[in-house]
Amino acid sequence: MHWPLTSLLTLAWRNLWRNYRRTLIMLLAIALGVWAMIVMSALMRGMTDQMVRNGLATLPGEAQIHHPDFRLDPSVVNHMSMPAGNLLAQLNSAPITAWAARLRVPAVLASEYASRGVTVLGVDPVQEAALGSLPETLLEGRMLASPDDRGILLGASLARRLDTGLGKRIVLMSQDTENNVADRGVRVVGVYRARLQGDEERFAYVGRGALQELLGLEQEVTEIAVSAADYRAVDAWLPALRASAGPGLEVLGWTELHTFLGTMLAVQEGFVLVFMVVVFLVLSFGLINTLVMAVFERTRELGLMQALGMRPALILSQVLLESLQLLALGLLAGNGLALATLLPLRDGVDISAVAEGMEMMEMGTTLYPLLAVNDMLLSTAVVLTLGLLASLLPAWRASRLDPVRALARH
Amino acid sequence: MSSIVCQDLCKTFAQGEERITGLDRVSLSIDAGELLCLSGPSGSGKTTLLNALGGLDTPDSGSISLAGRRIDQLSRGALADLRLREIGFVFQAYNLIPVLSARENVEFVMQVQGIPAGARHQRAAAVLAEVGLAGLEDRRPADMSGGQQQRVAVARAIASEPRLVLADEPTANLDSHSATQLMDLFQALNRDRGVTFVLATHDPRVMAYARRLIRMEDGRVIEDVAQQPSPSAGRPPAGGAG
Repeated sequence: MHWPLTSLLTLAWRNLWRNYRRTLIMLLAIALGVWAMIVMSALMRGMTDQMVRNGLATLPGEAQIHHPDFRLDPSVVNHMSMPAGNLLAQLNSAPITAWAARLRVPAVLASEYASRGVTVLGVDPVQEAALGSLPETLLEGRMLASPDDRGILLGASLARRLDTGLGKRIVLMSQDTENNVADRGVRVVGVYRARLQGDEERFAYVGRGALQELLGLEQEVTEIAVSAADYRAVDAWLPALRASAGPGLEVLGWTELHTFLGTMLAVQEGFVLVFMVVVFLVLSFGLINTLVMAVFERTRELGLMQALGMRPALILSQVLLESLQLLALGLLAGNGLALATLLPLRDGVDISAVAEGMEMMEMGTTLYPLLAVNDMLLSTAVVLTLGLLASLLPAWRASRLDPVRALARH
Repeated sequence: MSSIVCQDLCKTFAQGEERITGLDRVSLSIDAGELLCLSGPSGSGKTTLLNALGGLDTPDSGSISLAGRRIDQLSRGALADLRLREIGFVFQAYNLIPVLSARENVEFVMQVQGIPAGARHQRAAAVLAEVGLAGLEDRRPADMSGGQQQRVAVARAIASEPRLVLADEPTANLDSHSATQLMDLFQALNRDRGVTFVLATHDPRVMAYARRLIRMEDGRVIEDVAQQPSPSAGRPPAGGAG
């Protein structure tokens, strides 16, 4: 059987515009559906991405190395040596872009007015800066200068709760390696602002060397945070890191360390697909109606084509091509509209009105829509697949018309 | 050798709870190159017989052979191919595809046949000129008169060079002048190209052109006579038909 594709395409295109009002309404519906799919996906993806990034900034890193018992008992007793040999070589090779060895210990900070339980991070400021895990905004004072800096960096909210401030001394208490309480007076050298208020109250930064000295350690640390920039590509390098760390250390990716974030990401991927399918299922009924009406109005003409020798498969193809052209135009318009909507929003959408409620989900006050090519391709695939499936019924009915009855129709 | 042979064709239709007889044991044979008319009152079975001959409808019983090949047992697809390659149709209402121009309508069947574009354009232009529509190739049906539309339908029917043209009441919607032009054209094609024409009509002007007249009533053939075309019907095709 010969397939006169040019002829079918011409016929389909001209038929599409016979009732241009109906076609335009359907086009608008498809374009709006596609626009909604892409814009909503970009907002959801932006939200999830921000949640993950904020979560990883405080985790920090996309993977961490600990003593095998540290996660059950996060005390200094479960420490490990500074990285060396294979592990050090692996940490310094691509795709890993930054790593930081740190002491993470539970501690109590006390001023003369109040005390708070916090997590004290003993850090090397140079390593942490490369990792991007230091607070972004310093309100007053200075950052830690070196691993041996004997000052402390407090969050603004924590400083307020302790009723202390820049230049004042507070007491840092924690358990040392002998399970004794070690304490030392430390001076507040800086006050920072975190994206999440909870982080300001939870984390205080001191020099790693100074904290090691307080807790009776030499070069040991409790945590090595590792980053390779793209949190979605962790699985590509994690096995090699795990192998180089050996069986004596636990190496975990961020989805295992922060299961909520990992689950959120997986749920979001699934939700985007479900959302797209639901939106277009609703649209499909409009598309079916349009094509059923088009076939009904052209019954006589379709009967004529069959009488002239057009095989049923060609009639079916012609109606499907008509649908395909409508869908393609709708996709083009929808994608264009979505781009026109999202490009001006790339610098972020202020969501401070609802930011407090979002903070528990590790969201900041600005939402950055994230337009993913995959989402555009997915929406195209959903629209074409469901659209053509919805068109099959009217197309099949057109192809099964009895030419004698169709021609007799007035 | 007979071009078409029908034997004991029967066809009934349901109309509510009643059965209407469309064809009642119709047997006839039509030679290649004939120009014959099926006549009779409405409901006599002319169109039903024409549809059966053209493979548009299948009889309940009986057989139809076209050039020795049984067509009453063919599949939908095979019947479509038969209509595409061997039969040209001209219907009562003009039945052109409204979104295509005159030239595109004429080329439509050839496109489905897979004839290359160059040959298609050439043949369409020639056939449209033959039916007197040179210069109107790019007009759409809505911009043409009834007679012009019917001539486009004829051009489409003959462009693919079928052996058989079936026409159902081809002059029913035409004025006297257009009807004469159309019949002159049919006669010329029959005479010059040897195309077999089977026309269903109750228009005496059309019957005058036939060399054989089959009269039908209640689904039966009640008269089958040879006749001399009337003198006025024998003159050369007029106007653009020539």
